[in-house]
Amino acid sequence: MELGDIIIKFILVVIIFAISLVVAMYSTYAERKIAAFFQDRIGPNRAGPWGLLQPLCDGAKMFLKEEIIPTNASAFLFIAGPSLAILTACLGSAVIPWGQNIQIGSRVVELQVADINVGVLYIFGVVSLGVYGVMIGGWASNNKYSLLGAIRAASQNISYEISMGLSIIALLMLTGTLSLRELAAQQHDWHWNVLRQPLGFLLFIVCAFAETNRTPFDLPECETELVGGYHTEYSSMKLGFYLFAEYINMFISSAVMATLYWGGYNYPGMDWVLVHTGPTIGPLIGVIVLFAKIFLFIFFFMWVRWTIPRFRYDQLMDLGWKVLIPLAIANIVLTGLISNYL
Amino acid sequence: MGIRYFVNINMNTFYFIAFLSIFFSILVITAKNPVHSILYLVLTFFTFTVHYILLNAQFLAVVNFIVYMGAILVLFLYTLMLINLNKDSEPVKSNMVKIAAVLGGGCLLVVLVGCLKQVGVADPVLLKDPGLGLVQNLGKVLFNEFLLPFEISSLLLLSAMVGAVLLATKDPKPKSV
Repeated sequence: MELGDIIIKFILVVIIFAISLVVAMYSTYAERKIAAFFQDRIGPNRAGPWGLLQPLCDGAKMFLKEEIIPTNASAFLFIAGPSLAILTACLGSAVIPWGQNIQIGSRVVELQVADINVGVLYIFGVVSLGVYGVMIGGWASNNKYSLLGAIRAASQNISYEISMGLSIIALLMLTGTLSLRELAAQQHDWHWNVLRQPLGFLLFIVCAFAETNRTPFDLPECETELVGGYHTEYSSMKLGFYLFAEYINMFISSAVMATLYWGGYNYPGMDWVLVHTGPTIGPLIGVIVLFAKIFLFIFFFMWVRWTIPRFRYDQLMDLGWKVLIPLAIANIVLTGLISNYL
Repeated sequence: MGIRYFVNINMNTFYFIAFLSIFFSILVITAKNPVHSILYLVLTFFTFTVHYILLNAQFLAVVNFIVYMGAILVLFLYTLMLINLNKDSEPVKSNMVKIAAVLGGGCLLVVLVGCLKQVGVADPVLLKDPGLGLVQNLGKVLFNEFLLPFEISSLLLLSAMVGAVLLATKDPKPKSV
């Protein structure tokens, strides 16, 4: 790689990182506004016009609050927990193709940080690593409620990873590639994978809810039973990191779902648009389309959260092991039969 | 990027990562707290993933990452957190046991040193096909040349799983959970 390429990659990384943080920040605002809308309230409206500065105020509050590390907590791991949570949340964005190659001046720039040929598995690995932040934090707090939350998080993640993996296998049988870049390119125009894998997508989105600990799967922080779950003992920015990691996870998993199943940056009639707008503006429209899809998914996450109540723990396990896994296996068999005999 | 990029990384990276692997594995057995030692084990496995990447075995690297770090060690951690071992609850071992352990460990050390003395420093292995570890090639090898062993090992895993379920459900009439 020459120096120019490295600088461009670096700029891309910084931009994606900044975008993930801003999206996560304004997701908290969106969540409160949407919750307010669903509950016929107004929501935050004091800081700035329409309360738009609310996330900044929240951030400042988190930073300025007193930093507390409980006496009997294991101090290093207590800090490592939230740091790991936010680190693993940010890692996933590296392999997502944000758009087609874009021409800036005379240079063609790839809108993807790293095109590794096991991109799907990389995402999967990062997701499975996400649980460590919660587990370590929950255990290090030396609090029974936190420990219970951590243990719930572990068993929930492991259970739903299986059906998530199985639902991806059916998709890979059709596409024949593990590279997210190729996966996105294959869904050119309107050939989105969700049309060929509707059941697979349904399974994947349910598992994505479980992996990001969003309602109805937020049992690790179930406040009706566990006070605050794994982050009971946390305050100030360490708590902020946990909450922030959840929103970044939501953003990344929305991007993954959009890329795997909903065509990524592709949209019907994109060739016509590309010809008429040129190699700089054309791919940018694709990026905007991808972000529109991502925001729709984020809205869906919030919509579900404020509509469906939390599962009971045994229901959660039943759903994971007795419904989703058999369905995912059936999906694999069905996909194999159809792609061989039709 | 891919192949050329990974092969050209010099030996220093390997030695650094190898040092980290050994360092963390020593910490695994010397850590007093079992949860800490599992966390060191996680780091050890992470260095293994880096080794695989250095060897250009990307698939193996990611699978090691997902299966060992993401699943098996999470279950280890899960179990240890539930048991919550600590210094107070650990039974004090008698001196006889300690002496026996030292003797056993020493014998193993002698055997290992004896074996390793025979091994000469090999020439650096040059892969005929540096892309061997990539998913596509690995899949072709597994499902052509090694199809039978591959399928049989899956049966082994299945039988182990059935056995584990059988052991876990001692109750002849399991209650509806």
